Amino acid sequence: MTRYFTDEHEWIEVDGTSATVGITDYAQSQLGDIVFAEVPAVGAKLTKGGDAAVVESVKAASDVYAPVSGTVIEGNDALADDPSLVNSDPEGAGWFFKIELDDASQLDGLMDADAYKAFVEGL
Amino acid sequence: MRYLPLTDQDRKAMLGVIGANSIDDLFVDVPEEARLDGPIAGLPMHASEMAVERHFAGLARQNLAAGDHPFFLGAGAYKHHVPASVDHLIQRGEFLTAYTPYQPEIAQGTLQMLFEFQTQVARLFGCDVANASMYDGSTACWEAIGMAGRVTKRKKALLSSGLHPHYVSVARTMARFTGDTLDTALPSFDGTDIEQLIAAVDGETSCVVVQYPDILGRIEDLSAIAAKCHEHGALLIAVVTEPVALGAIRSPGEMGADIVVGEGQSLGVGLQFGGPYVGLFACKEKFVRQMPGRLCGETVDAEGKRGFVLTLSTREQHIRREKATSNICTNSGLCALAFSIHMSLLGERGLRDLAALNHANAVRATERLTQVPGVGIVNESFFNEFTLKLPVNAREAVHKLAERKILGGVSLGRLYPDDGQLEYGLLVAVTEVVTDEDIETFADALQEILS
Repeated sequence: MTRYFTDEHEWIEVDGTSATVGITDYAQSQLGDIVFAEVPAVGAKLTKGGDAAVVESVKAASDVYAPVSGTVIEGNDALADDPSLVNSDPEGAGWFFKIELDDASQLDGLMDADAYKAFVEGL
Repeated sequence: MRYLPLTDQDRKAMLGVIGANSIDDLFVDVPEEARLDGPIAGLPMHASEMAVERHFAGLARQNLAAGDHPFFLGAGAYKHHVPASVDHLIQRGEFLTAYTPYQPEIAQGTLQMLFEFQTQVARLFGCDVANASMYDGSTACWEAIGMAGRVTKRKKALLSSGLHPHYVSVARTMARFTGDTLDTALPSFDGTDIEQLIAAVDGETSCVVVQYPDILGRIEDLSAIAAKCHEHGALLIAVVTEPVALGAIRSPGEMGADIVVGEGQSLGVGLQFGGPYVGLFACKEKFVRQMPGRLCGETVDAEGKRGFVLTLSTREQHIRREKATSNICTNSGLCALAFSIHMSLLGERGLRDLAALNHANAVRATERLTQVPGVGIVNESFFNEFTLKLPVNAREAVHKLAERKILGGVSLGRLYPDDGQLEYGLLVAVTEVVTDEDIETFADALQEILS
């Protein structure tokens, strides 16, 4: 399994033709206490760079963008009851949704862990 | 010192930046014929304050003011008695001058009042949560349609033929820009369209909008249409233009409506020649994040004491920008206050008594008015407003009644100018301010006109 990152601070972990998406530890630390997360419905068609999910903290509301195009196969229902999972375990239990990829080549433009680390350090 | 301390050079520099030659260039979109090219013709240049007062008092006397004559107008705005204490209390400086504060939590009194208002609206409508009010009933109705679109991610709204035509018209204006499809129809004397609506709901429907009681005063059980909507993932929006009715009949929320909106004018707010009014907006808790408008919440402060905050502001435009639930980031604070004070004075018992009084008066009026030869009633059910079918054009009858100093209802021909059947319809509202003598005067005059 390979994990990629976007410059909008999403992570995407690819497993075959499907992938899990969430926001990075850096993103959650910038947002502060998360009070609400809305994940896309199963079956929703997402377009790379388009709106996919919503995350609200005590100080801001932000959109989570789709790192690649695809069809949603699962949303993380646990976030409805406990949105703070995004703070406590952003790159694990605080995942947002899983998608079936339309085109794996869209992953090519994304960053790997080292590149993202360097990107965040440069902010 | 000048109030606008701009020099001609300042203006020239600013015009230069935007590439305009003159101030007039900024108004080229205003059609030539709509521009004033000199003093208004026929208007004297000067008159004394006393002369102006006298002139305008004379003009005002030409009105048939609601309080001075037998009054039976309704159709979305109702004349109820507003206790003098309401006006006295809303004019206290702490309330009258307090605009929605930019540091809201500093104005605990304003927030507490809005919180109480929300509680009253939610209870009245049978909903979990209500916002701090909207501009008026028609804007609240549109906001509900927009909200249903966000919740369901669908664009087709079915509007009942019993929805107030002005509300339909506001929705149409807004839908021109959002691309929502609105299915509308004209009302008929042969019954409501609830069965047709139930049949029309499908997987494309975002919401069904029904008025309760409807524009002709009819009352339907909304349970079946709510169930049908939910079966197809659509929302049921109920519109209440006369909230006093809910002191007598079941609330839309209890029957399964997902969003309930309304006009709050009839409690605490006078007719005021058409405004300002106050929009009511309530919904089920699960949709609260898609609800428009301001929302006050209750909390505890650092010392554990009860306090109030503006909550879920992330829905609003100042944080969410173009993705906000609405471009309305304010509320009708003073009218909401008047509503809330009137409601507090009434209490649940008082509201029920007031509703019973309204209905009893309306029943008496129907009994008397339908004794007039040729006059029939369209409604099988009503609260304090019903539709009469006259043997003549109702619009003309209304004018003849007005000549006799009776404001005898709203003609349906005025609301629906192009319909052959509806022009015989006269919408009559009878509230607690109507006396038996008023009803008698109205019936006698109607008989005279029709004979």
